[in-house]
Amino acid sequence: MEPKTKQFNQGAALAIRDEKAQKSLLGLYHGFHAARLRAADATPNWEELRDHARAIKAHTVEHLDYYLAQVEANVAKAGGKVFFAADAAEANKYVVDLAKARGVKVVIKSKSMVSEEMGLNHQFEAAGIEPVETDLGEYVIQLAEETPYHIVAPAIHKSRQDVSELFHRKLGSAPTDKITDLGREARRQLRQKFIQADMGITGANFVVAETGTVVIVTNEGNGRMCTSMPRIHVAITGMEKLVPSMKDLGTFLRLLIRSATGQRITSYVTAVTGPRRSNDEDGPEEFHLVIVDNGRSRLLANPELRESLYCIRCGACLNACPVYRKVGGHAYGWVYPGPIGAIVSPVLTGLGDAKDLPYASSLCGACREACPVRINIPRMLLVLRRELTEGTAYPGQRRVALAERMAMRGYRMAFQGRMFLGLATATGRVVQRPLVRKGRIRRMPPPLSGWTRYRTFPALPKHSFRSRWKRGL
Amino acid sequence: MASPSDSPVRASLFATCIIDQLYPEVGESAVRVLRRLGAELDFPEAQTCCGQPAFNSGFWSEAKPLARRFLETFSGGNRYIVIPSGSCASMVRVFYQELFHDELALLGKAQALAPRVYEFSEFVVDVLGATERVAQAAKAPGRSKATYHEACHLRRELGAKTQARKLLKALPGVELVEMEQSEVCCGFGGTFAVKYADISGAMLQDKVKYIKATGADTVVACDSSCLMHIGGGLDKQGVNVRPLHLAQVLDQAMG
Repeated sequence: MEPKTKQFNQGAALAIRDEKAQKSLLGLYHGFHAARLRAADATPNWEELRDHARAIKAHTVEHLDYYLAQVEANVAKAGGKVFFAADAAEANKYVVDLAKARGVKVVIKSKSMVSEEMGLNHQFEAAGIEPVETDLGEYVIQLAEETPYHIVAPAIHKSRQDVSELFHRKLGSAPTDKITDLGREARRQLRQKFIQADMGITGANFVVAETGTVVIVTNEGNGRMCTSMPRIHVAITGMEKLVPSMKDLGTFLRLLIRSATGQRITSYVTAVTGPRRSNDEDGPEEFHLVIVDNGRSRLLANPELRESLYCIRCGACLNACPVYRKVGGHAYGWVYPGPIGAIVSPVLTGLGDAKDLPYASSLCGACREACPVRINIPRMLLVLRRELTEGTAYPGQRRVALAERMAMRGYRMAFQGRMFLGLATATGRVVQRPLVRKGRIRRMPPPLSGWTRYRTFPALPKHSFRSRWKRGL
Repeated sequence: MASPSDSPVRASLFATCIIDQLYPEVGESAVRVLRRLGAELDFPEAQTCCGQPAFNSGFWSEAKPLARRFLETFSGGNRYIVIPSGSCASMVRVFYQELFHDELALLGKAQALAPRVYEFSEFVVDVLGATERVAQAAKAPGRSKATYHEACHLRRELGAKTQARKLLKALPGVELVEMEQSEVCCGFGGTFAVKYADISGAMLQDKVKYIKATGADTVVACDSSCLMHIGGGLDKQGVNVRPLHLAQVLDQAMG
């Protein structure tokens, strides 16, 4: 997918003015966010579970080379094939070439964020192959020709009226107010595709190294259709999705599902190891696992950002984030929105263009509080800000304006020597005079005009605390 | 736990630049409250700013001289360091160790100093153990309906989730009414409020809405920066709710 991280501010402004979007975004706080808190409360040893999961992820990421080799061997043992793709182009080529070689005309897809990274659907279309998203939210997004708004709920910004109108326009179905009617229409459309498809594509919530098993977690059952009906199953995953053993999987399923939707378990948890065996009655004849790097090595190589690879894509940080709940999913300009997106997107697509992502945060820490594996997102935002101002890890990517540099230097100088500070304050008391009304400043010149658009500012008082202390308190 | 008959708890006050420059009355209230509770205070004159604005903006090389200055000013001795701001206390207690992660001598200094650093409400409740004494000293000159905004760094960096509410509930003249989403950021975030004014402003508008809905006459927090932001929003919208630092509320109640 072509990154549009440069247009963050335009996207944010659109979302803030969009009342409908604001309503759905507020719904995330009372919906997913609150549900997660209730589920966590009801789970014994929740905090220990988080610590444990974090330790497993840290271990796996530190020994990723070992576990990747283990996955490759175990998938092969089960009769499948692993392809390591260095980037999106390699991954696309492998999957599209495979589809062409096997004469595939229709591909059904279960939800896969990595395939969004790759822009796989466009590649299929260019090759004359029809890709069909089968997760209801993704199906809506595909029909609307948009990108996902949320990691877990891709069409959260669409109302039932929007979907009704979309179905009417694209599928010719009768307009309706009933969600069940819309579900039935999608089901009717998708059923044909499930039957026609020769290739099913899924993501992977986890890949278990010791068995070579791909695990996907869904609520609609479409994922299981994709893994079992077509004659070829291709699972696509980022290289960070590995867990060492089946025992570890239990830990992560408990965390992922509760953190994502507040459920104790999803309707379907599907575990697939290789293609059908000779004595299986059904299942795909071929199984391929495409493990994608696409910039993740850069996160792995940076010890300050490495923990972003612990992410299990539950979306809890999005639901918890007061900035995401204002600017929505499209402003972030790439596949992964919200707090984790503000770390991952800049490194995967280019820090310089994505400079707004690390800065557009109040550093409130709600994301870290919500993260089931305790990823310290605020600390990594600080690291990326440092890289944008004075860092060396991403050459040529420094982007902070000279005016801001000068302002920061001025601030530092003022507070480094108290003489200068006294002078600055004295000057401020004079300069503010024409602006002060009843002890408040109601309008300031740019760049401070942004402040007074929404707030007034207190006038500098006659005496500082320091001087009051000196006179005796 | 200290009581007035024990030898006094000795502490140095770091007033923070925002209180020093913009809200000296908050510093005065903090001094009066802490002294009434038996603390012996000093005010190291070389103090200025902890450096957080530069650190948060990515200018670590500009933040370092200010952080070094803080460490030099406060390193000697074993007095507690009281900071009437969850955010500035986080900078000193938590983030100095990030800032100096690769400068061992300064890292050591920051680590040694961190356990002495307390935010105001933490200090009153956890060090002075003074919740009861606050309740006893508080007269009830009039009823006030207050709502509490939970500042982000206080909650999530320092983990101080209970102290301020405990103190507010101890005051007989104050009725605490919880606002919706009290733990959600008000949108300040330092330069964020200026650079991303529209996002910050949208967050602030929610905060103001939830404060208004409580019918409180006062909004209390432990950070003057959040209060400057929230108070500025209340004033802009003509909402008649007073923004007060916890130290001011205690000072008035015990006055």
